Parts: sequence; structure tokens; C-alpha cells
Amino acid sequence: MYAFIARRLLATLPVLLIVAVLVFLMLRLTPGDPAAILAGDAANPEQIAQIRESLGLNESIVAQFGIWAGHLLTGDLGESFYFKMKVVELIGQRLEPTLALATLTILIAVLVAVPLGVIAAWRFGGWFDRCLMGFSVLGFSIPVFVLAYVLIWLVSLKLGWLPVQGYQRLEGGFWPFLRHLILPAITLSVIYIALIARVTRASVLEALGEDYIRTARAKGLPEWKVLVKHALANAAVPVATVIGIGIALLIGGVVVTESVYAIPGLGRLTVDAVLARDFPTIQGVILLFSFVYVFVNLLVDLSYVFFDPRIRY
Amino acid sequence: MRTAFAALVAAALLPVLAPQAAAQGAAKVLRVVPHSNLAILDPIWTTAYMSRNHGYMIYDTLFGTDEKAQIRPQMVESWTESPDKRLWTFKLRPGLAFHDGKPVTPEDVIASLQRWGKRDAMGVALFSFVERMDSPAPDTFRIFLREACGFLLEAIGKPSSSVPFIMPKRVADTDAFKQIEEHIGSGPYVFKRDEFKPGDKAVYLKNTKYVPRKEPPSGSAGGKHVYVDRVEWNLALRDAQSQVNALAKGEVDILEAPAFESVEALKKLPEVQIVMSGPTGLQYMARFNHLHKPFDNPKVRQAALAAFSQLPFLQAQVGLKEYYRVCPSMFTCNTPYGSAVGSEIQSKSNIRKAQELLKASGYDGTPVVLMKPTDLAAIQKLPDVAAQLMRQAGFKVDLQAMDWQTLVGRRAKKDAPDKGGWNMFLTAWQSHDIWNPIANAALDGKGEKSGWFGWAKDDRLEELRAQFMRATDDAKKKKLAEAIQTRAFEIATHAPLGEYVQPVAARKNISGFFVTNSNIYWNLKKN
Amino acid sequence: MAEQTPDAKQFAALSTESAAVVRRQSAWQRVRANWSVRIGGTAMLLLLAIAVLAPVLGTVDPTLFDAASRDLLPGKQGEIVDLDGETLRHTFIMGSDSFGRDIYSRVIYGTRVSLIVGIASALLALSFGICLGLSSGYLRWLDGPLMRVMDGLMSIPGILIAIALLAAWRASLLTVIVAIAIPEIPRVTRLVRSLVLTIREEPYVEAAVSLGTPAWKIMFGHILPNTAAPLVVQATYICAAGILVEAILSFLGVGLPPDIPTWGNIMAEGRVQFNEYPHNVFFPGIFLAVTVLAVNILGDGLRDTLDPKMAKRV
Repeated sequence: MYAFIARRLLATLPVLLIVAVLVFLMLRLTPGDPAAILAGDAANPEQIAQIRESLGLNESIVAQFGIWAGHLLTGDLGESFYFKMKVVELIGQRLEPTLALATLTILIAVLVAVPLGVIAAWRFGGWFDRCLMGFSVLGFSIPVFVLAYVLIWLVSLKLGWLPVQGYQRLEGGFWPFLRHLILPAITLSVIYIALIARVTRASVLEALGEDYIRTARAKGLPEWKVLVKHALANAAVPVATVIGIGIALLIGGVVVTESVYAIPGLGRLTVDAVLARDFPTIQGVILLFSFVYVFVNLLVDLSYVFFDPRIRY
Repeated sequence: MRTAFAALVAAALLPVLAPQAAAQGAAKVLRVVPHSNLAILDPIWTTAYMSRNHGYMIYDTLFGTDEKAQIRPQMVESWTESPDKRLWTFKLRPGLAFHDGKPVTPEDVIASLQRWGKRDAMGVALFSFVERMDSPAPDTFRIFLREACGFLLEAIGKPSSSVPFIMPKRVADTDAFKQIEEHIGSGPYVFKRDEFKPGDKAVYLKNTKYVPRKEPPSGSAGGKHVYVDRVEWNLALRDAQSQVNALAKGEVDILEAPAFESVEALKKLPEVQIVMSGPTGLQYMARFNHLHKPFDNPKVRQAALAAFSQLPFLQAQVGLKEYYRVCPSMFTCNTPYGSAVGSEIQSKSNIRKAQELLKASGYDGTPVVLMKPTDLAAIQKLPDVAAQLMRQAGFKVDLQAMDWQTLVGRRAKKDAPDKGGWNMFLTAWQSHDIWNPIANAALDGKGEKSGWFGWAKDDRLEELRAQFMRATDDAKKKKLAEAIQTRAFEIATHAPLGEYVQPVAARKNISGFFVTNSNIYWNLKKN
Repeated sequence: MAEQTPDAKQFAALSTESAAVVRRQSAWQRVRANWSVRIGGTAMLLLLAIAVLAPVLGTVDPTLFDAASRDLLPGKQGEIVDLDGETLRHTFIMGSDSFGRDIYSRVIYGTRVSLIVGIASALLALSFGICLGLSSGYLRWLDGPLMRVMDGLMSIPGILIAIALLAAWRASLLTVIVAIAIPEIPRVTRLVRSLVLTIREEPYVEAAVSLGTPAWKIMFGHILPNTAAPLVVQATYICAAGILVEAILSFLGVGLPPDIPTWGNIMAEGRVQFNEYPHNVFFPGIFLAVTVLAVNILGDGLRDTLDPKMAKRV
């Protein structure tokens, strides 16, 4: 098992290297000039040229990559052009909101979607099942921001239950922290619920057709025990897998959700950095996201051992 | 007041116990949504308005500009000028101190002016006259000029980017082309560096040791009284609809620049007031690139000028009548140099006239590459109007959309439009940045080497500007400003497209707004 | 449902051609009988018709604006001036936006853009994915490096790649399509590769190889036709995702220029007034949701009938 983890971790290195090269090339071929952005509206071309020089943008692309990669090896993501801060520090500031949002989203999604999926499979073909399947397709089809506006309008403005925007750090108390996160997390979890509910339903359905379920039922086990202990246990692996794959989806959703709800997280940072052509920040954030994706999927693979005793690495 | 301050101190001392509760419960916090993100903390290094507003929070200035555009003393108590106008002596008012407790000395002032004089357009112009500066007494500094110059006070009392803010000498000694690392001033607020998170929030605490002037606040002049304990700039709240929602629910106190589309909705909210604080406001401007076809030909530029009636631009972009005004002047109206002189080519024109002019100009159908910013709501609709008007006049227009940052990068390129260059872009200026011939970047005739984007080259214009700098008599200055405007319309350096004021939206419990063009946060009370 | 599926191995014994014919016939019949396909397909045809017939559906030029007709509610009459300076009376069925443009015309013309973006990005991702997947599955030496690059690409969230690419290029119809398609390529590549690896072990392919058939002929003549079903299903999902991603990119301000009417752009511009004038977001939102829904339903139906193995998995 440790050998497996070590091998997997080693295998992520080339992937991250490829990501680094891809992102670097993609950005350095852009027409936007960070120096012009930094200089402001009334700056003249001479001043801009001076700033470009000081940012090291006059070096060749290869040299720039060499410098950046060298720093990277020591864990230094460089300094943001735009925010005048270490990228690592910047990411550190923005990590908490995004992490909190993503965690709560997954939590809500799993807690809601798994029971729904089980019930739908249990009542296969019934009205509940049909409704759920209908909802799940709908969940894939509504743009996140439309959903966000509707929820804000209804829950915050009309009913006045929750704040319309903002983020409270955890250090300010758990309740204010949670209050500000509920709406964004619900918004973001809809597409996830749709995805997980479908997978759960399909897996449980498959399990229900197996011999051991018939045996369990024949033994006179109560129906809920059959569903939870046998059928659901069987569905754990596919559900874990889809959560892993869905991380990419989640990060995409985070970018939009953070914009609407004014959450100062990594998603917002990415958009700001892209619009400001802040190369070091974009590179750092994308690298981080890629690492998270790879890492979460490694965890998912490892979780198989836990969920399914037959799997050994 | 004292209890509030005690709570604040407690909050600062005991961040582990109940930091948020104490800071927000007892202390008066003014929660502001600024017009943009604050990224750069050096108001000399960049001309971005957010950095300037940050400067006004923490720094003080030698002079201010009041609502009538008059220069008024701020840190300066009194001053004299020699009869030949070559020696200026300034006495600082007593009790000025930086946030670290050290007094403000003439050395700090001289270093700050010198750094500013390397970056700001008016500063550079001023320092071409300055022979030397010195300090004959601990509260006095002197400026020696090589020859008399007519805009010394206007320059050091400049209200907008870049404002000559006074910093400690050790900070002001930073290379003018590098950003400062320390953010300490003698202004009415103290910057909380450890709570600053770009893209999230910036925090300012009341400077309890600040001694305001006795005069009422006006423009950037007058007494800077602070009635709140803490000002928080919300830098995360960028979505226009979310801003309105947050103000409606009282989650924030002030929207610095609500979208015009939201103003009607904001007016209907019972707890919200719309404040109009800027009398001169902002001007829209279309800038031609003088280096390339077709706008290298002044006659073609004039045809475009003739096509640009201001009203369609204002109607599309602003929409609400009470917030816009047609104004022919390149120096904006209601300002010392604002006049209609020489503007007939634009102000008395129409599409028919533009069509004639274009035909007569020998325009060969070269498409005009017009850059349109997609992410700047404040000027986003202008290029569409410009394109529609130019097409009607007979131009071929290639409307290219890009985000503002790309636009800013691309407009610095002198290449031909089909090789990554451009022909025209539109922007907006605060009145204070263009209201005299030295500050107005679009009116220089320096050409390709050191001119502003668009690179107009005209020796006559430069000569008139040089005369203006040396003129010391107000009537003569006004005459020269008129001559400059006439010449600028003649060669069509750029097109003024009308003026608007940016309303501010605030909760009704906020009071103390006064007339000013910058976004200034002193004198405000929160009940 | 699995019992109805003809076992692939049965056909392996037959000649490839007749197998394909049998499969195609039965597949087509099954597809036609499926309700999801019927509903989704009909909706798609309707939308295609709207896109093609946009100019004759009572629309005006979607870029025309008139300050006098700003913010009209749905159903109100107003004026609009065309490029020649003529003033037209026009009924704003879906109201007007803050520019004074006709939302109905913009939504109808927006159908074109959204469908083009969805379909083109699906086709692009598919063609690249097929080429790469076939090469990867067939040419062993290429397999390793290519799949590592695909792993790398896959580990970057798609929307971030699209945003970064659009920051790099000037946003136009073509660049938006490419930016949406690129993040989808690795998935298609993997799918094709895995299918190739399975199919190349089949006796009829081995027979073809032993007869000395050139590699490209085997790939395109024998292997590709057998990957069609799962690829069609995959294409519908990419198409649906593409339409949504286009809207999100516009919302974030990095998508197509705002003067091009797309549903995403209309919503992005209208969101400022969502509480006051929800029609700005409502109508394009409905069109967007219905379209994506239709494509998804179509995809589900096709998956159930064409690719039952996949149907069991998801």
C-alpha cells in the first residue's frame, strides 16, 4: 500500500511538470502587457518600458521559465506582478474561503444526494425516481449564476433569512461563518447533487439485482438494512470516484459562485489575476488546482480499500 | 467616543479572544464598496484612482483644491512669494506628525515633492523650473525657481492623480520607479497593513492624533474631521447586482460607484440615499492615433470629430438626464478654463457635415480599429455608439472587443493597426485630471517620443503650452488655455464626448457628505 | 436492457461489414423508439429551425439600439432606428435591455451562436480526441508520452484553461470554440484509446493486420466505425457543457464580445438589473436551460439505446 502511494505520488510529478509548462507557454504568448496595466492610465510608454524591464519581462521565454522553475523547486511561486506580494502568501490568504466553500458543498451534496439516489433506486420507475431523474438533468442545465441570483432574491431579499454576500472568517465565530456560506454552498451543490444522485441510483440499482441481496431479503432482513448495509455499501466506490472526478467541476463552479457572492477566495483571485495578466499568480493558482485534483483522486483511489475490502494495492 | 476607542484598543490588544465582535460591536465602522480593486499602495508610482483614494486616507497634502477649484492651504500655514516670483517660502502648520509619532519636517516635504516630480506630468513640468529646494528653519521650506512659473500652487495643490502626498523622507527616498514598502503618512487615517488583503478588504483606523484645520471641508481642502473609528473597503464585492443587494440589506454603508442601471432601483429603497458630491464630474473622451492611417490625416480626424455629437454617447452610457451634461470644452465645464472657444467643428456639427468632411478629406476606406473594453461598465457602451455614428458618417469601422487590461497594453503599441496597433479608443477622465493644459494628457503635442497614447505631434501646441507654464497672470492664462483648445480642435487631437457625474449610494444613516471630486472619507458620520 | 443488446462477440465472427449493417439497423430502430431521444431530438430540431430562420421570425438587427427604448417591459411598443436612419415601430415581445436593444431578437439570434458553439466545440473535441486516441491506442511508442500530456491537461479544471486561453487570444467565435473544446479533448482521447485497445484484440482486426492492411486503413476503416456509438453520446454531453461554458465565460467577462448576441452575453449584461428587470436574464436563461436540457435528454436516450454498457455505469 505504501509502495502504491509512493508510486502514485511519483507519477504525479511529470503531470505537474507538464501542467507547469503548458500554463507557462499559454500565458507568455498572451498579448496583454502586465507592465501597462500596473503603470495606470496616464503613464507614458517610457515609464511602461521601465516597469517591464523591472519585472524581468524582457528576458527570453526560456530564461523566464528557467528562473520560475528554479524558484518553484524551492517551493517559491514567485511574486505577484499585480498584488506586490508573494504568490504563496496571496494563495494562503485566499485558501480558507475556497476550502470552506468546497467542503461544505461536498458535504451538502453527499448528505442530500446519496439518500435521494438510494430511495430512487428502491422505488425504481416510480414517481420519486422519475422526479429525481428529471431534477438531475435540470441540475446540469441551469447556469450557476442564474441559480445564484434566484436564490439570493428569494432567500435573502424576500425572506431575509441569510446575508446576500460576503464571507466571514472562521476566527470570527462559527455561526456567522456558516451563515455566509450556506447560500453559496447550496448554489454550488446543485450540480453535484444531480451528479452524485445519479451515480448512487445506478449503483444501488445494480446491487439490488445481485444474488446476495436476494439472499439477504430471503433471510428476512428489514428492507432499510438491505438498502443501507448491502446495496449502499456497494455504491460507495462509484460515489467516491465521481466525487474525485467532480473536483474539476467544483473548481469551475467556485470561480463563478465566488464572483456572485463576493467571496474572496481562489476562484475570484484567478479571474482577477487573468484580467490583470498577473502571470505568477495565474501559474501558481492553476498549479495548485491541478495538484489538488491529482491529490484528491489519489485519496479517492485509496478510499477504495476502505470501502471495498476486496481491493488491495 | 472614549468607550468606542477603548473597545478598539481592546480589539487590537486581544485579537484572540473576540476580535470581530469587539471591533464591529462597539466601534463605528464605515463599510465602503470602492469603485475598483486596490492593488497598488503607492499613489506616486501609479495614477490609478484607487491608489489615489488610498493616498487621501493616510497622507496629508501641502495644499488642497476646494469645490470652486481654488487652491487652499492644508499642511501649509502661510506662504510668501518673492516679487520676481522665483522664490517661494512655505511655513508648515504646527503639530503635524506621522503615524509613528515623528513630526513632519521640511526634509520629508522636499523628498516627497522630489519623488512626485519624477513621475507626475505636472510634477515633471514644475521641476523643469525648480532650481533647488531647502529648509531655512525647522518648520519652513523654500522652492527656488530658475524663472517664474504660473502653476506652482496648482501643481502642489493638485487634487487628482498623482497627488503630491507627503511621506516620511525614508519612504520618499525610494526610487520613483519602484513601489514604496512602508505605508505611513500624516493623514486622518492609519493604514492597517496586517489586515490588508488585496481583493478582499483594506482597513483604515482613525488617526486620533490628527489635528484638522478649522475651515469646513470642501474638495480636497478644509478640515479633515473623522467621526468613525474604522473604515473598511470591501474589495471583494464586485458584482453590480450583489452590491445593490448588500446595500439594501445594510451589509455595507456606501457604494462608491453604483452602475447607472442600478440607480433607479436604488432610489426606490427606503433606507438608501443617492448623493451627488462631484460638481464637475467626469468627461468621456475619444482618442485618435495620430501615427497611422486614417487618423494621421487631420481632415479625417475632423470628420470623426464632426460625427461625434455628445448626446448619443451620454444617452447610451448614462441614460439618466440628471447625471449627464453636454459640454464642448476640453477642460470640462464649470472649471477655470472651461469654455466653448474653438469647438464649433464638433459642437455645431452633424452627420451630414461629417459625411461632407470625410468625402473631402480623401479618406480611402481604411477601416478604423476601434478598441472596446468589455469589462469596464463605466465606458463599455461608448464604443458601440462611436461605431454606429462613424459608420453613418461613411467610415469603415472594425470594432474589436477586449478586456480593459488588454486595451491598456495594446494602446501603448505604436505598431500599425493590422500589426497589433490601433486607431482609436475611448476613456473617461475625472475633471481634475484634464482641467488645465498641463495636466490634460491628451493635449500634449510631444509626438511619438514622450507623448500620451495617440502621439499627437504639433509644435504650435507645445509652444502655447510652454507659454502657459510661464504665464503668471490669470487673465493671460485663460487666454492661452483658449488658444490651446482652439488649436487642439483645429488639429483634432481627441474628441470630448460629454460629461457625467457619478452618484454615490449610501445608507440613510450616513451623513456629512460634502462637495468633492475624489472619493474622500472624512467628515462622514454614521448614526 | 442488457439482454436486448446483441453481444459484440457474436459479430466478431461475422465479416465486419455485415456486422456494422445489422448493428446500424437495430440501433436506429431502438433509437427511434426511445422517448428521451424523441423529446430531446424534437426540441433540438426546433431550436435548429429557430437558429436558421432567425431573420424571418419578426426580429430586427440584434445590435441596433435606441436610448429612447431602454428598459421596456415585455410586450411594450417602442421605437428603434436602423442603420440608414429610418425609425421603426417595434413591439418588444421580451422587452428591451439597458441599451434599448430588442431582447427577443437577441435571444433568437443568440440561438445561432449557442448552437454553433455547442456543436462546433463538440465536433472539434471529438476530431482531435479521435486522432489522438487512435494514435495513442495504435502506436505504442506514442501512447506513454501522449497520455501523460492528457493527464496533465485533464488535471487543470476546464474552465480555467478556457479563461486563460481567452485571456491569451482575442475572444472571437473561433477562439471561444477552441477554448471550450481543448479541455474536453483528454476525455475523448481516453475513451477512444480504451475502445481501440479493446477492439484491436478482436479477430477481425487481427485478420486485417495479418493481411498487411496499412495502419491508417485499419484505424479508420475497422476501428473507428465501432467506436461511433459511445462517441455520439459523448458528443452530446460536450455540446451541452459547451453551451453552458460559453454562458459562464460571458458572465465572467472573458467570452464573446458583448455586441455579439449570445445568451450568456444577454444575461451577463442584464444581471445588473436582475431584481428590477428580470426579463433580461429570464428569457435567455429559459432558452439556455431548455437547450441544454434537450441536448442532455437526447444524450441520455442515445446512451441508453446505443451504449448500454455505459448506461449501466452512469
